[in-house]
Amino acid sequence: MMDAVFFVAESVVKSVLLIGVLLTFFAYLTLAERKILGRFQIRLGPNRVGPWGLLQPVADGIKALTKEDMIPAAADKVVFVLGPAVAVFAALSMFAVIPFGGTIQLFGRDIKLVIGDVDIGLLFVFAFATLGEYGIVLGGWSSGNKYGVLGSLRAAAQMISYEVALGLIAIGTVILAGSLRLTDIVEAQRGMWFIVYQPFAFLLYLIAGLAEINRTPFDMPEAESELACGFNIEYSSMKFALYFMAEYVHMIVVAAIITTLFLGGWLGPWLPGPLWFFIKVCAVIFFFIWERATFPRLRYDHIMKFGWKVLLPVALANVVVTAFVVALR
Amino acid sequence: MIVLPLLKGLWLTLRRFFSKPITVQYPDVKRVPAPRWRGMHYFDKDAKGETTCVACGLCVAVCPSNCIYLEIGEREDGNRYPIRYEIDGLRCIFCGYCQEACPVNAIRLGPGYEYVKYSRADFTLTKESLLSMYEGKE
Repeated sequence: MMDAVFFVAESVVKSVLLIGVLLTFFAYLTLAERKILGRFQIRLGPNRVGPWGLLQPVADGIKALTKEDMIPAAADKVVFVLGPAVAVFAALSMFAVIPFGGTIQLFGRDIKLVIGDVDIGLLFVFAFATLGEYGIVLGGWSSGNKYGVLGSLRAAAQMISYEVALGLIAIGTVILAGSLRLTDIVEAQRGMWFIVYQPFAFLLYLIAGLAEINRTPFDMPEAESELACGFNIEYSSMKFALYFMAEYVHMIVVAAIITTLFLGGWLGPWLPGPLWFFIKVCAVIFFFIWERATFPRLRYDHIMKFGWKVLLPVALANVVVTAFVVALR
Repeated sequence: MIVLPLLKGLWLTLRRFFSKPITVQYPDVKRVPAPRWRGMHYFDKDAKGETTCVACGLCVAVCPSNCIYLEIGEREDGNRYPIRYEIDGLRCIFCGYCQEACPVNAIRLGPGYEYVKYSRADFTLTKESLLSMYEGKE
């Protein structure tokens, strides 16, 4: 009985803390992205609100909350409201199975620094990643706007093309670790990070991950120049902010998954585990911002061609080769 | 190879990332305009602080947007001077033809580029505002 109470309390505390950390990270990620993008374009980036622009996320939040919240007459109202909620829910939920540290001793109990250490962790992550795409598809489709529908169609097509490859790429690491449990995958990297054994898979996962979080050069669903913001065209106020939040939290999650699968998760010398995890996630996110400052958006048919004719075969080959090597070892 | 140009692009942007930003933080730091910058008009002054304009009307004739209004007066010594000289600042295109046409170099275009006011009437430049345009600055 006491164990059950402790388990519930522990989970609740960890969830609340994690959501707090994630949302703060999200807020400052928007600022960091604008600052870093600015530096890539030899600008300074926002620096007017507070010292070095540190209060910019607060100003943005107030702005998002006080804007007029509109629901278009042509929209399917229930689904229209549901869209951003689903997107944020899925993005935040994914972090529940990602380990951000080892085991610590607190109040005489072993506490694992992961909310739910489930044995199908990777599967859980992929399931919720797909659910997040549903948020985008539903939101665009229900707005009753042609650009929204086009954005949704593209989001759906992109999801189908890249989720397959994404799963196949991750299987390489699963074969090496022999488990879908993310803590096991990290523990299996104690000797050597999987990026050394799976360099191609790492690169492919970076690319497919970008496609999954709809970031340049794969930001087809919201291509500003062609679709005028695509799926979120009719969203305003906090609903728009929720989509924004979903996108950025998803980005953090993808960075965290890359860290877990290929960069040894929380493992590292000297520093405590969560700090290592944070540093690695930040490094991956820096790459995401860096490539956004570099690459233009791909054409839609090129994205599809790349997904099906390059990414998928290479991912399959990677699985086959990894399986052979592991079997013959 | 397809990958090489991508890496080249990444390398280029990374070099930009570590270079110094060229931003001029405008309200705090103000750019010095080029020497031949055509900014806000001003009147050249004589020793008594009066305008050297002789009200010949050449600037009125040359102005492509017809934004100069001139009322001609005559002093006791027979010299002409502008009783009223107004430039409609909202119609002026800052071409500088008035400056080129002026035979006595009375009207000139200065370095001022901050042209923000609260009402439309404030944009009209009169003889007085043209005389006092750059007073207390520089």
